[in-house]
Amino acid sequence: MSATNRFTGLALRHSTLPILIVPLIAAGILVSVFGSQLIQDIFTYFCVALMMVFSVQMFMGNSGILSWTHVGFVGIGAYTAGILSTAPMVKGMGVPNMYPFLVELQIPVLPAILAGGLIAAAVAAVIGYPLMRLSDFAGVITLFATLIVIHVVMTQWDNVTNGPRTFFGVPDWTTLTAALIGAVVVILLAYWFRESALGLRLRATRDDRYAAAAIGINMVFVRYLTFVLSAGVAGVAGGFWAHYITSFSPKAFYMAEMFMLLSMLVIGGAGSISGAFTGTVVVTLAREALRQIEANINNAHVLSFEVFGLTEIVMAILMVLVLIWRPGGIVGGQEIRWPGFGRKGKDAAAEAETLAA
Amino acid sequence: MIDLEFAINTLSLGSLYALLALGLVLVYGILKLVNFAYGEYIMVGGYAMYLSATTLGAPWYVTILLAVVAAVVTSYLTEMVAFRPVRTKSPAAMIITSFAVSIFLQNIVLVLVSSRARAVPLPSFFSRTVTFADATVPLRNLLVIGVTAVILVSLSLVMKKTVLGMAMRAAADKFTTTRLMGVPANLVISAAFIISGLLAGIASIFWVSRSASVDPLTGAAPLLIAFIAVVMGGMHSTTGAVVGGFVYGLIFNLLSILLPASMISYRDAFMFVIVVLFLLFRPAGIIKGGYTEERVG
Repeated sequence: MSATNRFTGLALRHSTLPILIVPLIAAGILVSVFGSQLIQDIFTYFCVALMMVFSVQMFMGNSGILSWTHVGFVGIGAYTAGILSTAPMVKGMGVPNMYPFLVELQIPVLPAILAGGLIAAAVAAVIGYPLMRLSDFAGVITLFATLIVIHVVMTQWDNVTNGPRTFFGVPDWTTLTAALIGAVVVILLAYWFRESALGLRLRATRDDRYAAAAIGINMVFVRYLTFVLSAGVAGVAGGFWAHYITSFSPKAFYMAEMFMLLSMLVIGGAGSISGAFTGTVVVTLAREALRQIEANINNAHVLSFEVFGLTEIVMAILMVLVLIWRPGGIVGGQEIRWPGFGRKGKDAAAEAETLAA
Repeated sequence: MIDLEFAINTLSLGSLYALLALGLVLVYGILKLVNFAYGEYIMVGGYAMYLSATTLGAPWYVTILLAVVAAVVTSYLTEMVAFRPVRTKSPAAMIITSFAVSIFLQNIVLVLVSSRARAVPLPSFFSRTVTFADATVPLRNLLVIGVTAVILVSLSLVMKKTVLGMAMRAAADKFTTTRLMGVPANLVISAAFIISGLLAGIASIFWVSRSASVDPLTGAAPLLIAFIAVVMGGMHSTTGAVVGGFVYGLIFNLLSILLPASMISYRDAFMFVIVVLFLLFRPAGIIKGGYTEERVG
C-alpha cells in the first residue's frame, strides 16, 4: 500500500478528526485573512476555550465523573506561565510582595506554558489519588471542595499571585496561529486518548464499573492517570489563556468560568470529541450574539437600567433544556463519522464476513 | 476564652448551620440530588426582605413572612420546572441542572435588581444586646437558638407522627420500595423541596441579619456551610445534618480563636481540608445512616 493510500485509509477510519479539524483550520485561515480585529479576537478566544473544554472532556467525558476542579488547574497553569514569562521589572512593580527568587525568574513563553502544565499535573498528582476513590455525592463534593481550596489559596497567597488583585503585564504571545495550533494539538490528543487503551478502559469503568473490575481494570488507577493527564492539558490551556488575556485575577478561575466550560460540554455532549467541539462552537456563537444584544440594549438606553447576565441566563435555560430533551448533548456519545467509513461500517462488514463464514 | 459568651455564640452559630444543613439533606436523602441551587433560596429570601421593606414599606413581621414565602415558592418552582423533568436522567444531569438553576437565579437578580449589595432594614430588637451572668450577646443569637429548637422539635414530630413524614422517611431510605407501596413520588419530593425551602427561608432571615445586606452572591457562603456540615455530620440522616451543623459551628469558632491572624484568611480552605479528610477516612460522617455510599478502591 502506498503512502497516500495509507494516509487516506487512516483519515477515513478516523474520519472524525478531519471532519472537525479541516473546517477549524479553514475557518482560522479565513478569519486571519478577512476577519476584523474583533472577529480574530473571538476566534483566538474560541481556540483557547477549545483547549480548556477538551481538558475537561478528557476526564469528565471518559470517566463520567463531574469535575469542578479543572478550572482550578487552568488557573494554576495560567499563574505559573504568567509568573515565569513576565519580565522581572513588571513583576516587581505589579506584585509588591512576591518572593524575590520568583521576581528574578524569567524564561521564554513556550517553556513557561509547558511548565504551567507540569505544575498543574503535579498538583493533580498529589491530591488526585484519594479523590479518585470516591464516587457519586462524595466525589462531586470533594472535587468541588478542591476547587474552593485552590481558589482560596490563589486569592490569599499574595507572595505569588498578587492575592485577589489583578496580576498584569503578562506578554501578549497567544496569537491566532498559536491558539489554533494549540487547539488542533489538544483535539488530536483528546481523540487519541479516547481511542487509546487507557481511554477505552476508563470508558469501560464509566459504563459499568463492576464489569470493568471483573475484567481486571484497576478503576482508581485508570481514573487517576487520566486526572493527572487532563490536569496537565488544563494547565497548558491556562498558559495559552494567560498570554492571550495578559492580565487576570483569581476570580477568572471560579464558578462563572466553570459554568461556561460545563455549558459547552453539556450542550454539545461530553461523551464524544465531536460533542465537545460542537458545544464549544454553539456556546461561543451564542455568547457573542448575546453580548451584542446586551450591548445594544444598554447603548439604546431603552431600559432604565443596565442589562448584565443575560448570557448566563440563556445558557442556564439552554443547558436544562438540553438535559431534558437530549441528556447526551446535541451530538450525544457517538462521534461524527464519514458515512460508511466509520468504525461502525467496518465492524458491520467484519460481522457480515464472520456470519457468512 | 471558653466561657458562657463563647458557648452561646457557638450554639447560635451551630443552630443556624444546622438549619442550613437540614434543608440540604432533606432533598438529598430522597432524590440523591446535591442541590447547588439551595444557597439561592436563601438569597431570594434576602431579596424578598429587601424589596418588601423598601418598596412596600412593610413592617418587619411582614418582611420576615415574605422572605420565608419567597424561599418556599422558589424551591417549589425549581423542583417543578427544572428538577422534575431531569429526575429520571443520570445523577450527574441533576447536579448540573441544579448548578444551572443556581446560576440562573443569581443572574435573574443581577438583571432585575443590581449587582451591588443592598442594605436590608431589620427590626431594631435584632441587634440589641442582652447581658446576663457577665456574658454580652446579641439578642439575635438567642433568637436563632430558640427558633431552631422549635423547628427541630416540630419537624421531628412531623416526620415521626404524620403519614407524610413517614412516607418521606421511607422514601429517604428506599425510594423504589416506597413507591411500590403506593406513595406518590411527586408528592414526597415536592414536600421535601417545600420543607427545604421553608428552612432556607427561616435561615435567610438570620443569615441576612448578620451583615444586614444582600447581593446576588449571598447564597454561596451558606451553601458551602451546608455542604461541609452535611459531609461532617453524615449525609444519610437528618440527625447527622443537625449534628454536623453544630460541630461545624464549634470548629469554626475554635479556628477563629486559635488560628494566628496571618492564617485566618485561609480558614475556609482549612474547613474544606477537614471535609476532604472526613470523606476519605469516615465517608459516612459522624452519624451513620442506613444507606452507604458507593465507593471504589
